[in-house]
Amino acid sequence: MNLVFSWSWLPKLAQGLGLTLELTGLSMALGAVLGLILAILRVYGRGPLYPAYLLASGYVHLFRGTPLLVQLMTIYFALPTVGVRFSPVGAGILALTLNTAAYQAEYFRGAIQSVRAGQMQAALALGLSRLQAIRYVVLPQALRLVIPPWSNELIYMVKGSAVVYLIGVLELMGQAKNIAARTFRNFEVYIVVALFYLALIFLLTLILRAVERRTRIPGLGAASRV
Amino acid sequence: MLLRVEDLHKRYGKEEVLKGVSFSLDKGETKVIIGPSGTGKSTLLRCINRLTEPDRGRVWLEEVEITSPKVNINRIRAQIGFVFQDFNLFTHLTALDNVRLGLMRVKGMSRKEATERAMAELARVGLADKANAYPAELSGGQQQRVSIARALAMDPKLILFDEPTSALDPELIGEVLAVMEDLAKTGMTMLVVTHEMGFARTVADEIIFMEKGVIVEQGPPDQLFQCPKHPRTAEFLRRITDLYGGTR
Repeated sequence: MNLVFSWSWLPKLAQGLGLTLELTGLSMALGAVLGLILAILRVYGRGPLYPAYLLASGYVHLFRGTPLLVQLMTIYFALPTVGVRFSPVGAGILALTLNTAAYQAEYFRGAIQSVRAGQMQAALALGLSRLQAIRYVVLPQALRLVIPPWSNELIYMVKGSAVVYLIGVLELMGQAKNIAARTFRNFEVYIVVALFYLALIFLLTLILRAVERRTRIPGLGAASRV
Repeated sequence: MLLRVEDLHKRYGKEEVLKGVSFSLDKGETKVIIGPSGTGKSTLLRCINRLTEPDRGRVWLEEVEITSPKVNINRIRAQIGFVFQDFNLFTHLTALDNVRLGLMRVKGMSRKEATERAMAELARVGLADKANAYPAELSGGQQQRVSIARALAMDPKLILFDEPTSALDPELIGEVLAVMEDLAKTGMTMLVVTHEMGFARTVADEIIFMEKGVIVEQGPPDQLFQCPKHPRTAEFLRRITDLYGGTR
């Protein structure tokens, strides 16, 4: 077999890569905010907050229990029938955000619950309010503990964001599909795209490891066992 | 009267852990609660600052009823130090930051003020040189001393100690008891749950013997240790002497 690559693909692929980064970055960041709120409600939502706990739990079950693809199609194709319209990129970011928020909520919940109960007790005993205890004692520990599972989610989302090419978003996968259709060089184009993903994820993994190293504290989390 | 506890009840499921406990504590007084495990001693301490909500009964700190639903419990807790059996230092914070947190976030001190105060308290428990160490880098005895410094820094009206030496290796118990003894001497009001009979005998103004959720007997250490009025007290003291070989 004779492989033919072309430098002329690069500008479009670079554009696609940029959009992939934007989609992943935005939805991971927004998903982290939403996921953290969901996790806190799921762990601490008792008493007057119980309805919020139920709502948060329902949300997590709904978005973890249905395929991302179905969520995306619903937002882009079904919502317009009730008058809610999004651009392809807007629908993509929304679907990815809502989906990752549910997963991130579970990672955050696990991390919050692995902070020993005595930490909250000691914070309350000092006179901190429950909210202050969460802010100054529980979260600083939980956010460190969540880095490894959160890294997994980020890596998954870099690749998972490719589904939005199905609604016509020209991110990395969408650009590849176009080039392949135009040039009939399917094999070569997808090899190049695979290498793009591989390099991107390798880079992100290095960055997250560095973050984990720099925020490490003796006695906290798995890293301290080294 | 600094602290008054009246008819405190607490039930976990079927088991009634506290069956009506009443006692009081004067300013500057040290009282030690002794008794078999599972008797409700820790529950009693935790009901006083409402880390555990009592089912029934009332607690006053000076003129304020702690158990009133209208009370701002955070403000009350800031006035009551609590020293835990397993220290519960904040894992992610250095010794200095452990002591500073309450000063800055509860008392609203500036960073500079809080640092000065925290360093003074660490010096008081002999750990000024460990200010920048994380809890995992300290021995159990050192961790417990930091946790005492953390409580002291808040200028509490009294400190509750929940078996402060039970999680420590035997050779580290002495350093913690020494700090507590100093505190008692300087007039800190203290309520201590412990199995350290030597400490109870020499430091306490009064001993409370608790069993099965009630106070069986209370009195000055000499009287309670030498001629206990109640056979259950005598029995407990005999067993604990067999176990630990007398005062440490």
